[in-house]
Amino acid sequence: MGRALLVFRLAARDLRRRPVEAALLLVVILAATATLTIGLVLREAAADPYQDTREATAGPDVVASISPPLSGGQPADRGELQDMADASGVIAHSGPYPVTGAKLAANDRTVDVEAEGRDAAAVQVDQPKILDGSWVRDGGVVVEAALADALGVGAGDQVSLAGQSFRVVGIAATAATEPYPEASNYTPPRTVGAGQVPPPAEDLGLVWLTEPDARSLAGQPESLSYVMNLKLRDPAAAPAFVAEHSPSEDAPPGAAASDPVATEMVWLTTWQQIRDNASLLVRNEQRVLVAAGWLLGLLAVASVAVLVGGRMADQTRRVGLLKAVGGTPGLVAAVLLAEYVVVAMVAAAAGLAVGWLATPRLTDPSAGLIGSTGTPSLSLATVGIVTAVAVGVAVLATFVPAIRAARTSTVLALADAARPPRRTAWLIAISARLPASLLSALRVAGRRPRRMILSIVSVAITVSGIVAALSLNAQLDTARFGSSQLDEVRTERLGQVLLVITFMLLALAAVNAIVTTWATVLDARYSSALARALGLTPQQVSSGLAAAQVLPALAGAILGIPAGLGLVAAVDPDTTTYPPLWQLLAVLPGTVLVVAALTTIPARIGARRSVAGILQTEHA
Amino acid sequence: MSDVVDASVVRASGLRKEYGKGEGMVRAVDGVDLEVTAGETVAVMGPSGCGKSTLLHLLGGLDRPSDGEVWLAGRRIDRIGEKALARMRRTAVGFVFQAFHLMDELTAVENVELSALLAGSSPQAARRRAIDLLDRVGLADRAGFLPSALSGGQRQRVAIARALSNEPAVVLADEPTGNLDSAATLEVLRLFESLHEAGQTLLIVTHDSRIAATTDRLISMRDGAFVDETRLTGGTSGSLGALAGLEG
Repeated sequence: MGRALLVFRLAARDLRRRPVEAALLLVVILAATATLTIGLVLREAAADPYQDTREATAGPDVVASISPPLSGGQPADRGELQDMADASGVIAHSGPYPVTGAKLAANDRTVDVEAEGRDAAAVQVDQPKILDGSWVRDGGVVVEAALADALGVGAGDQVSLAGQSFRVVGIAATAATEPYPEASNYTPPRTVGAGQVPPPAEDLGLVWLTEPDARSLAGQPESLSYVMNLKLRDPAAAPAFVAEHSPSEDAPPGAAASDPVATEMVWLTTWQQIRDNASLLVRNEQRVLVAAGWLLGLLAVASVAVLVGGRMADQTRRVGLLKAVGGTPGLVAAVLLAEYVVVAMVAAAAGLAVGWLATPRLTDPSAGLIGSTGTPSLSLATVGIVTAVAVGVAVLATFVPAIRAARTSTVLALADAARPPRRTAWLIAISARLPASLLSALRVAGRRPRRMILSIVSVAITVSGIVAALSLNAQLDTARFGSSQLDEVRTERLGQVLLVITFMLLALAAVNAIVTTWATVLDARYSSALARALGLTPQQVSSGLAAAQVLPALAGAILGIPAGLGLVAAVDPDTTTYPPLWQLLAVLPGTVLVVAALTTIPARIGARRSVAGILQTEHA
Repeated sequence: MSDVVDASVVRASGLRKEYGKGEGMVRAVDGVDLEVTAGETVAVMGPSGCGKSTLLHLLGGLDRPSDGEVWLAGRRIDRIGEKALARMRRTAVGFVFQAFHLMDELTAVENVELSALLAGSSPQAARRRAIDLLDRVGLADRAGFLPSALSGGQRQRVAIARALSNEPAVVLADEPTGNLDSAATLEVLRLFESLHEAGQTLLIVTHDSRIAATTDRLISMRDGAFVDETRLTGGTSGSLGALAGLEG
């Protein structure tokens, strides 16, 4: 107990002694944990609203639909759907209901909708939840909530449906189809093959009318499709039910349709497929955010490693004192590790809070699903992963320097001897052929290879994130050519997410560059002073110190571009879009310029320190 | 008055260096006048903290005076910009420090050639010169050794070789034997003797009377000011080891 108290007290005192560095550590880990939290919470947020809606509306386990043959002239065969209701495992059903495609016009906007004819009485399966107004009645239309939200209509408004005027009598949510703009397409034309589930359409909404109104809207019985909602004994077995009852590509003629143009066939959709499609929008963001969270986590490891390395160099004498008064290497390592773990825990808690509070901004607006606009829940798994990442970052970055410090000779530590620099013979030989500033830069960089590698990794991670952001932006640009509501919502949401991620990446990378430069400046103060004593000007020394950061940055940028393209391909293999070549090429000089700008000030400060003072007080 | 008229190698006039303000002000160098001519070897002696090292830093352009004039190789340096000052350090001065101040990660020859490389010499010329100088200080066979593999005396000889790399007008040595044992001190003194014989101007700051006794002129310093000056007849051209009591 006494030892734990001692460890805690020493860790707390050291943190208080260097509040700026502690704050920087906190910010760096917080950025990573907040992003990761958003990504993980979104994953849960994507599933929750659908589940809530499903429970509130007695959502179906399988939706079966049938359309008339595309060759025309014949009505859809409702008997096929009726057979489904009698299939093994089905315990309840509603429908079949007639469905027809129509144009809905309101507030100067026109949207394609599926108009479904329903009973006025409540049913056992898929009874849409009325959010405003009432359920269907003759001459009245109930509009799906997300569509109503997009069109800006509410109960009591007048809308035009296929040229006929209807009064909006209610706004409702359902779990039987995806919300606008991705409502299921029950009516022809279909473009998918037999046995496949029709994908969610883009810019398609859903309205409910009374059956007579729906039939009247269709005009011809041959143009009506039918939809039926099935409840299974085992909802989890819905995919198996669909597999069993879906016609396969090689089914014999007559058993089921292999040519959807010539014949009609039953389309079956599971509630799991609807759920996945309904959360597609949020899932894209979640995928991007989780990837960004890991990127920021890696960047945080690099930042923390540099910060910790710098702090450890300052703690050599403290380590010597601890050991001189009887502290074991284990105690010394525990003290050093403890303070970073404490910071990481605080950063994890703050990151969880920030991520949790920020997530609703990314899940709005999803008015088509119940409960989508509230604050999402924070699961134990998310808390565990985020805390583990934060502590992992701290331990990973601290472990090696802590063990090294703990194993340092007490006498050497008490003498506060600097860690001897690394000799890189080939770098020294090459640098001899370069102008004084570059000579100095290469040698400064080569003195601490681990820090140089961290700089390269840090810039490579940032650049890969930027390249991924550029790729996503290029994807959004492509989407902008489409003018659907879905494109607009996707573009806007992903644009916001990209902006946040890019900002966090750049902020973290900037902190990293400045911290690394400052650590280099401190570490190279002796060699810089000596170089000045030997005749280098302060400008040459500062440009050498800055160039010592720029050279690894250039290497990092060169590595980061292919890494970023690979990341894009890994995160989104189906719709990979690469940024234009000029943007990729501009990343190189851009990175160099930004790093040079960020490192100039600390390098200048470092180069202006008193030569005589440093040489009098320091020994290598 | 022109800033480039002086014939002496080092000249200081009314040199003052102050730290702090008000009651806490410390005058490290207090009205020093000094002139060192070409080929002369001068020792500045005094107790620790009397301002010897500060004086050396002012004379070599490592630090700026609070008041007074400093002339180096015929050029006034207390008023010139940082860039010009750096150029002067590169071409006119060679420093030898008590702590050697060698780069730990560079071998002996790489340390020696560093000054020449920073001054813009070609790598080949810098390396040739460095090897010559190491030969001159008796360390040609240690050219590829890191400082950690050299003795104190050897390290200081490498530092002296580095100081000579750019053929400076004056070598300023700050307690060059302060960290050395007797044998190593003798090695360094012999080296200084050979430099003196070759006509190299030397200004040595020390509190070791044995070194001071080998110079042409001995200046005593106390509380930042010169308090005594003695011309020594023996100098470094005399029987150095015997005079300094280091041999036998």
